[in-house]
Formats: sequence, C-alpha cells, structure tokens
Amino acid sequence: MNNSIWTFANPHNFMRLSGVVAPWAAALAAITLAIGLGWSLFATPPDYQQKETIKIFFIHVPAAMMAVNIYAVMVIASLIGLIRSHPVSHLVAKAAAPIGAAFTLVAIITGALWGQPMWGAWWVWDARLTSVLILLFFYLGYLALWNAIEDPVKAADLASILCLVGSLFAFMSRYAVEFWNTLHQGASLSLDKESHVADVYYAPLLVMILGVYLLFIALLMVGVRTEIRARRLRALRIAQIGQADAALTRTAAAGNPASAQ
Amino acid sequence: MKAVFLRDLRLAFRLGGGAGQSLAFFLIAITLLALGVGPAPDLLSRLAPGALWVFALLACLLSLDRLFQADYEDGSLDHLLLAPTPLEGVALAKSAAHWLTTAAPLALFAPVLGAMLNLPDAAMGTLVTALLLGTPALSLIGAIGAALTVGVRRGGLLLSLLVLPLYLPTLIFGAMAVRAAAEGLPVLEPLALLGALTLGCAALGPFAAAAALRINLS
Repeated sequence: MNNSIWTFANPHNFMRLSGVVAPWAAALAAITLAIGLGWSLFATPPDYQQKETIKIFFIHVPAAMMAVNIYAVMVIASLIGLIRSHPVSHLVAKAAAPIGAAFTLVAIITGALWGQPMWGAWWVWDARLTSVLILLFFYLGYLALWNAIEDPVKAADLASILCLVGSLFAFMSRYAVEFWNTLHQGASLSLDKESHVADVYYAPLLVMILGVYLLFIALLMVGVRTEIRARRLRALRIAQIGQADAALTRTAAAGNPASAQ
Repeated sequence: MKAVFLRDLRLAFRLGGGAGQSLAFFLIAITLLALGVGPAPDLLSRLAPGALWVFALLACLLSLDRLFQADYEDGSLDHLLLAPTPLEGVALAKSAAHWLTTAAPLALFAPVLGAMLNLPDAAMGTLVTALLLGTPALSLIGAIGAALTVGVRRGGLLLSLLVLPLYLPTLIFGAMAVRAAAEGLPVLEPLALLGALTLGCAALGPFAAAAALRINLS
C-alpha cells in the first residue's frame, strides 16, 4: 500500500482508517466542546452592552463558519469525485451536506435568538443574513437531488455537477446580495464582531471552533461509513435477487422442460 | 443545431403553448398581486420592478420541465446524443428556443404590465432592456436544472428547488436596474452586470447541461 490519498478511494481502506479516526474524533470533540461550552457559558464575564446574550456568540460564530466551510468541503469532494470517479469522495460530499445544512440552520436560529434582544427583530434582510439563508437553499437543493434519483451512481455524478454549478452561483449571490442591500440602505447593523472581539471572548471561541471541527470530522466519518455499508447492503440484495431469479428459472426448467424451451 | 432550434420553435408554436401561455400567466400573476396588496398606485409602483422580475422568473421556470423531458421520454434525446452536433450545441439551441418562445415575448409585452402597475414611464425602456439582457440567463440556467432532473418523474417541485436559488443574482441585478431607472438613478452598472451574467451563462451553461444529459442518458 502506497501512502497516497488515492488509496482511500478504495472503500475498504477508507473503512479501516475511519474506524480508527471516528471514535477518537468523537471523543476529542466531546471533550473540547465540554470545555469550550463550560468556559464560554459560565467562565466569561457578561458584555457591558449585550449582557448575557453575548454567549450566543460562542455557538453562532462557529456554526456560521462551518456552514460555509462544509460547502467548500463538498465542492472539493465533488470535484475529485467527478474527475477521478472516486466513489468515497462522492459519499463524503453526500454525507457532509446534511451536517452543513444543520450548521446553517443552527447559525440562522441562534442569529434570530440573538437578533431579537439586540435589534428588536427576529430577522432583518441584512446582506450577511440573506446570504446564509441562500446557502441553506443550496444545501436543500443538493440533498433533494440526491434523494430524487434512484441510481446511486447517476445521483452522485448529477449531484456533484449541481454542487459545482451551485458553488459558482452561491459565490455570486453573496456579492449580489451585498450590492442589493447597500443600494437600499447603509449597513445599519454591522455583524463584523470577529474583528473586535476582546481576548476574554477570543480564547473560548477558539476552543469552540476546534470543537465543532472535530465534531464535523466525527459526524462525517460516521456518515460516510453508513453510506458505504448501505451500498454494500444494496449490492448484496441485488446479488440475492439475482440468485433467487436464477434458482427460479432452474426449478421451472426442471419441473416443466417444455415451457422452459 | 439550427435544425434543433427550428424544430423546438415549431413545436412550441404548433402546440399553441409557449408565448401565449406565459403571457397569460404573467397577466394573471400581476392581477393577483394587485388584488392581494390593494389598488394603491404608489404602493404598486414601488412593488412593480421586483414583482415584474419575480413573475418573469416564475413564467420561465414553469415552462422548463418540458425542455428536455419530452425528447427524453420519446427517445429523440438518444438520437441527438448520437448526432454529429455536440450535445452542448443542442443544449444551447434548446435554451435559445425556450427563451424566444417564453421570455422574449414577456420582455416585449412588459411595458403594458408595467403601466398597469403604475411603473413610471421613465423606467419602461430600462425594463425592456433589462428583461431582454437578463432573461437569456434564466433559460440557460434553467437548461442545467432541466438536464439534471430529466430522469425524475414529477420533478417540477425539485426543479424549482434547484433552479430558483441559481436565479437570485439575475433577479437582484434585473430588479435593481428597473428600480434605479424608476428613481432616476444611473442604470448602466446593473445592466452591464446582467449582460455579463447572460454571457457567462451562455459560455458555461450548455457544458453543464450537456454533462448532466450525458450522465442521465448513460
């Protein structure tokens, strides 16, 4: 076995590696998130302006980061899957999508919960909020296409084309939305908090970010393993039906030689 | 390529579908809007740029599902795959025919509907220009969606879920151009962006659509 990344195109090799990585990533994610949540929720002082609501930030920011980064993972996985017909890569893209959609939803919901006390509105059509919402639509469309097509090989290739086309348009939409919003009104609500976060908040945020990355790796590995097993099950079932068919024709031929002719 | 284009045009006109139906849809949608929000002229004129673009988008979307499906079902798509014309050319010709039979008549008819919604006269020219510049992108993007879902039965809702997010930049720039014209602001920037979008889609869309068709036909 050579040490190239392409060895993991073989599902067997991938299963062996992920079987080791998944539990470690899950355990580390649990520890990191426990530390991060404990630190950020109980050991940081309330903000002088935002009071305790600042603590939503520790979930909101990592979730929003993952929403974008997981889509990037899907784009890379789709590209590799399409170019090299790399089955595990397609499955990585497929398994990443629901995780990404969930993080996007978490980012939107925590944003709404944060926005209500801060801005007095659950939702505003701010450029950044709108582009996260658009990203959610791209995730949903991608998942819907996978579900609609029965043949898994076709579904994989079609979904990766959609992912690549979608990434172009998601990128364009992001800038178009900024353009759209600035024509309407100046940025009355700036969400650019990351640039001026005090150190007290910065360190626990980094722990949380590390935690969600580990969580993503663990969930992704489990997701891909499930997909590979589902494929094997499907193949076994098809083989079984084939055998049953062959057996049936054999018995029919033995019982009634005239009709088998 | 020309033959495919002319064939699609003839089919659209002889089946009595295409232009007439999408115009009727456009008219009904405008009436529904006016009935829904009330007859206040200033409110309607503020809604008009966005509403006209959203309805043009929907009219385009509703006619997309038949773009490849009829040919897929009766097997002519397999013949087109074997024909010397590359599938990319077929996709481009079909998008062009789709545009000519649905969106182009809408664009020419749009000033009438704009007047019904009390859109300022100054914006009419920009409305037609923006629709003519932007709607080809809708047909080209729609061809990708139609090619992806050609094998899915009753894929109408799926198609809209796939295609509508891709229509967002076109909608934003199109409505922006019309709104800017209604407010007397310069319109060159959004119009140029619309044109760029259409050209970009014309360059890349047929390749994506043809790749999706090949996978579906394999």
